[in-house]
Amino acid sequence: MAGTWVFVEQRDGNVRKVTYEMISKAKTFGDEVSAVVFGKGVEGLAADFAKYGADKVYVVEGDVFANYNTGAFVAQIAAMIQEYNPNAILFAHTFNGRDFASRLAQKLEAGLATDVIDAEISAGKGVFTRAIYAGKALAKVEITTSPILATVRAGVFEVVEGAGAGEVVKPAVAATDADVYQTVKSFEPTVSARPELTEADVVVSGGRGCKGPEGIKIVEELADLLGAAVGGSRAAIDSGWLGHELQVGQTGKVVNPNLYIAAGISGAIQHLAGMSSSKFIAAINTDPEAPIFNVADFGVVGDLFKVVPLLCEELKK
Amino acid sequence: MKVLVCVKQTFDTEAKIELKDGKISDAGINLIINPYDEVAVEGAIQLKEKGIAKEVVVLSAGADKAMDAIRTALAMGADRGILVKQDTAADEYQRAVALAAAIKDENPDLILAGHVAADDGSSQVPTRIAEILGLPHVNVITNIEIADGKAVCTSEADGGTQVTEVSIPAVISSQVSWNEPRYPSMKGIMQAKKKPVATIDAVAADAKSTIVEFSLPPAKTAGVKIEEDPDVAAAKLGDWMKNTVKVEVK
Ligand SMILES: Cc1cc2nc3c(=O)[nH]c(=O)nc-3n(C[C@H](O)[C@H](O)[C@H](O)COP(=O)(O)OP(=O)(O)OC[C@H]3O[C@@H](n4cnc5c(N)ncnc54)[C@H](O)[C@@H]3O)c2cc1C
Ligand SMILES: Nc1ncnc2c1ncn2[C@@H]1O[C@H](COP(=O)(O)O)[C@@H](O)[C@H]1O
Repeated sequence: MAGTWVFVEQRDGNVRKVTYEMISKAKTFGDEVSAVVFGKGVEGLAADFAKYGADKVYVVEGDVFANYNTGAFVAQIAAMIQEYNPNAILFAHTFNGRDFASRLAQKLEAGLATDVIDAEISAGKGVFTRAIYAGKALAKVEITTSPILATVRAGVFEVVEGAGAGEVVKPAVAATDADVYQTVKSFEPTVSARPELTEADVVVSGGRGCKGPEGIKIVEELADLLGAAVGGSRAAIDSGWLGHELQVGQTGKVVNPNLYIAAGISGAIQHLAGMSSSKFIAAINTDPEAPIFNVADFGVVGDLFKVVPLLCEELKK
Repeated sequence: MKVLVCVKQTFDTEAKIELKDGKISDAGINLIINPYDEVAVEGAIQLKEKGIAKEVVVLSAGADKAMDAIRTALAMGADRGILVKQDTAADEYQRAVALAAAIKDENPDLILAGHVAADDGSSQVPTRIAEILGLPHVNVITNIEIADGKAVCTSEADGGTQVTEVSIPAVISSQVSWNEPRYPSMKGIMQAKKKPVATIDAVAADAKSTIVEFSLPPAKTAGVKIEEDPDVAAAKLGDWMKNTVKVEVK
């Protein structure tokens, strides 16, 4: 059994931090850890994975892998599983990662634990913790089908540096254009100078209490002072004040920053599902009964239009 | 065109979760259509209203109670239903196998589903169904255009908005921002009672994963809550951020 594989989540050579989190976690299982990267012009990334402890890096290059597509990626990894027989494969619980893992799991008629927040893997057995019912309960799931498959939530495992051999392995290319059944007509990247929501150390979010773009601007000013990502409740997103990719919650992104600041957000269960596991939570809300205060480490009952600008002044001191 | 929609019956999202005998208790819980599936039902009905779809079939796997979810979808405007009787503890593999078998018999031109069930949060079943049926799939869509045997779907991808084209039949899963599901009208509710619903047994399959333990997350203890003049409150919050959280100010 060839240890644990971590499938590298990248776009145009930009690797998502969750990849390093997965490699770091995989190292704790005591078995060999390999990074697996598919793409075009990605071989140069190998040293990067070694830095976090990858013993091997499987690099698969080709035009058909330039962008993620389910058909070619599944065909390729299925052939590699046959050849190298990994004990387990971890994917990021992202748009692409869960798509890939689900289709692969079914092709192999295997089990899959998605969005896991804890993992213990030994030979032939994986035990994973998952949040269910919007985080209101936890389930421990056992998987013994081979290989053990899981998708991992971003931000839950710590990144630990540790030198690995990073031996580059180049498996045979098994996928062709004929395996592709989805045509990506366009991809419109969201451009932002701020860090990505799921990777940020600090997230500042605004809700309906911001009342409009002016209130959101106040939230953004605080975020920029902290080098933070900006997020929003569904109410703020649906009102068009923020882009959909910034929604925090069950429908949007799950974030695990060191500090989460909720301004003008009531704290509905679907919002809590996306942020309640943050290390520290601060909330600013005019309503002393707002449920957000039940999870906040530091709550301010007050008007965000007054408190947040004063807070910015205070922090600048 | 025949459109089939997979709807899962789930706990009301506001429901309080409690454990009984080590399992999640459903006593006194209000059951609803998974909100993401409700959006898929609405999407299907809109395709019918536009004259693109001729028939909308709703399919649910679950206990007898899941009939309520099917009736709700019928009241919204779907034409008929299929209930696949299956233990609600079935895993994603078992559910996909049972649903795919029923879909195969129906041979629809388009299969819609939610992209995630609000209870198990798995996001697996639609993609698994597509693999079993050998069909293309697209997930987390906020729009769909059907023309010339193709579906062009807009998805909320990571880091941007993606437009993907697939041939149909295909399995497409929805994001809630696709549309605003309608409330069933009184007339719709009356008509739903007369619409046909077939009941079949689930195809037997072994589970590929096992839940070995349920638990409740440790209750988060609320911290300090202050109600003071804005300047005092801001100073205290700033102090906490600097000294306890140790934020860096740019
Ligand atoms: C299936 C489903 C999925 C969902 N997914 C999500 C999701 O992913 N993310 C999400 O966020 N929601 C989600 N929701 C919606 C959720 O239920 C709530 O409706 C939403 O989170 C409310 O947003 P809000 O807190 O900004 O607005 P509100 O609940 O309206 O709260 C606004 C708050 O602002 C406060 N306020 C007003 N003025 C001020 C002021 N001047 N200063 C300070 N505070 C002020 C008010 O006291 C109030 O508490 C989902 C719902 C469903 C059914
Ligand atoms: N028992 C079921 N009956 C009908 N549809 C289901 C069932 N389970 C899952 N689905 C569909 O698959 C989607 C994703 O579910 P899941 O993979 O469990 O998160 C749901 O939104 C439904 O559309």
